[in-house]
Amino acid sequence: MSQALKRKLADPRTGGLLGLAAVIAVLPLFLPNNFYYDVAIGAGLSAIVCVGLNLLIGYAGQISLGHAGFVGLGAYSSAVLTVEFGWHPLAAMTAGALGVGILAFLVARPILRLRGHYLAMATLGLGIIISIVVNTEAEYTGGPDGMTVPSLMFFGRELYGEAVWYWIVGAALLFTVWLSLNLIASPVGRALRAVHGSEPAAEIAGVDTAHYKVLVFVISAVIASLAGSLGAHYAGFVSPANVGFFRSIELVTMVVLGGMASTYGAVVGAAILTVLPQLLTGLEDYEHIAFGLILMLTVIFMPRGLVPSFFTIARNRLASAGAPPP
Amino acid sequence: MTRHFIKRTLAILLTAAAALAFGAPGAPASETIRIGTFLSVTGPASFLGDPELKTLRMYIESINKDGGVLGRKLELVHYDVQHLADKAKTAIKRLIEDDKVDVIIGPSTTGTTMATIPLVERAGIPMISLAGAVVIINPVKKWVFKTPHTDRMACAKIFGDMKKRGFTRIGMISGTGGFGKSMRGQCKGLAADFGISVLADETYGPKDSDMTPQLTKIKNTKGLQAVLNPGFGQGPAIVTKNFRQLGMGMSLYQSHGVASKKYIELAGAAAEGVRLPAAALLVADQLADNDPQKVVVVGYKKAFEKRWGSAVSTFGGHAYDGLQLAISAIARAGSTDKEKVRAEIEKTSGYIGTGGIVHMSPDDHLGLSLSAFRMLEIKNGEWTLVD
Repeated sequence: MSQALKRKLADPRTGGLLGLAAVIAVLPLFLPNNFYYDVAIGAGLSAIVCVGLNLLIGYAGQISLGHAGFVGLGAYSSAVLTVEFGWHPLAAMTAGALGVGILAFLVARPILRLRGHYLAMATLGLGIIISIVVNTEAEYTGGPDGMTVPSLMFFGRELYGEAVWYWIVGAALLFTVWLSLNLIASPVGRALRAVHGSEPAAEIAGVDTAHYKVLVFVISAVIASLAGSLGAHYAGFVSPANVGFFRSIELVTMVVLGGMASTYGAVVGAAILTVLPQLLTGLEDYEHIAFGLILMLTVIFMPRGLVPSFFTIARNRLASAGAPPP
Repeated sequence: MTRHFIKRTLAILLTAAAALAFGAPGAPASETIRIGTFLSVTGPASFLGDPELKTLRMYIESINKDGGVLGRKLELVHYDVQHLADKAKTAIKRLIEDDKVDVIIGPSTTGTTMATIPLVERAGIPMISLAGAVVIINPVKKWVFKTPHTDRMACAKIFGDMKKRGFTRIGMISGTGGFGKSMRGQCKGLAADFGISVLADETYGPKDSDMTPQLTKIKNTKGLQAVLNPGFGQGPAIVTKNFRQLGMGMSLYQSHGVASKKYIELAGAAAEGVRLPAAALLVADQLADNDPQKVVVVGYKKAFEKRWGSAVSTFGGHAYDGLQLAISAIARAGSTDKEKVRAEIEKTSGYIGTGGIVHMSPDDHLGLSLSAFRMLEIKNGEWTLVD
């Protein structure tokens, strides 16, 4: 193998992406029926949101405690605009994403001029407000029991069924990861890392810190909204259960568990936190205890998150064994 | 470069491992008859799901001891879905696709039932819901049945009782969950037929913990004689407490959504004098000896209370009826063929259950009449039969 090819493969933007594509392509061989597809799709949708959220948490050093609200706004835009107003699903999805983008901008612009974790507080409030609205505006949203959403029509074809949606979500995830990796490697990404490292230093170097923080927040909110719209059309159903504060916390947990500032870490975190509760249902009443214990132990023993910690461990092993590089 | 290589390999391995851990499918359906259920065992609707699950477990054990059905043992597959529609959707997919159950009993609430009906209809598997609202069976869905009386019947029973007592001006405070929402609509639609006008109409959310503001508005509405509270779970107990704290000075009616001893325990002394329509099960001992339901309800009550050491609720009774309907249909069909079982459930006629005497038909997937409902009043912390 030529050096150039090796280098290309080792680059997360090519090798990592190929790896992820391979996993998505091979995974169906291990999925015996639609229920497993359903879990995989759920993991994929969460992963999309987490990759976006990771840009904000891992690179801009800001925390959003209202991301489930953005996912919910996307989902409910798709649901309400198509059902109540007869919009085309793609138009509804775009309108939802635009609306969320504008909302995120309006919230973030004044707040991100301040230094510190004010964004966390603002998004916390915003997320709770969104949750209250979808719960109480039962006339449009169906209230606590949610509402049904029509299937996504694409060039006159109805997109229905787990097998179809697996590939849609898989493609969307690949695209999001590609987008995220490119963004990180671009001048914007370098500016973001500078902001994360030291804001005063970044400012001295001429980086408009507020601008970049707002930009990445809007991007991550729009990604969340699009994932929400996809999820709503896939499930054919939206309910406030996935819009609330706890879902926002869960999303942050996924990013932290997988490893902050690691795009693949966000994907792994999302996959694990989606799959684990399903694996633990056999424990019945002890399910939540086991789930909490696993999370606690992970955070205690791998404080930097699964993916970065695994790299460190693997590297140390290789170094101490004196193994030649593969 | 090595670092990147490891990074890449590990990313792949990790994701693959996650996939593999999941790749082992559930055991294939063997000789057992698999009964799937997904109930609200925890959360604000645990009132319903807890006795339902206990009932199913208890009777499946005893049926298996007696040799099972068609010579095959019964096997219960259960997932707790709280009151959450999206959890219910995951559970029903798992029951249908992965566990490959033969028949489904549940879920506990109207919201979770309505969310799963499209999937059940697409998959073609008989489901006997244990939820209250009339929307579940009206319009009739081919594969969906239910055992509890409908909210519409509850409205009719309550309004009949109000009329007898001379109440014509009432206020309503409803839960916004599926059952409360549905019953609110049904009652408002029916009120005029009974010459009753609804002058105040308030709502509360499933997790709300204080309904004083809504009740204050109702209290300030002039000339009200009674208040009706459609809802289930903790909400109505809180409404009852707030109702007494505010000294409302009118009669309070609850739905059959509170027909459990837990409601009286939670509301305490505030529950005194509250009226509600409910199945005969709650007043098993007070039934006349020639009542055809007496043997069934006394038998179930004794068995449940002996096994679990807690008082019966009508919800456990709904699960009992659901299980009996399912296994007798399987026995008559002579197989677990889904279409045959569905047809047999639909042909159920004269089954005497805890909820009443069931006569199903292709147009009626409930099969109960209004006479199956009794009007109860809470006196000294006990259910008493008034009608």
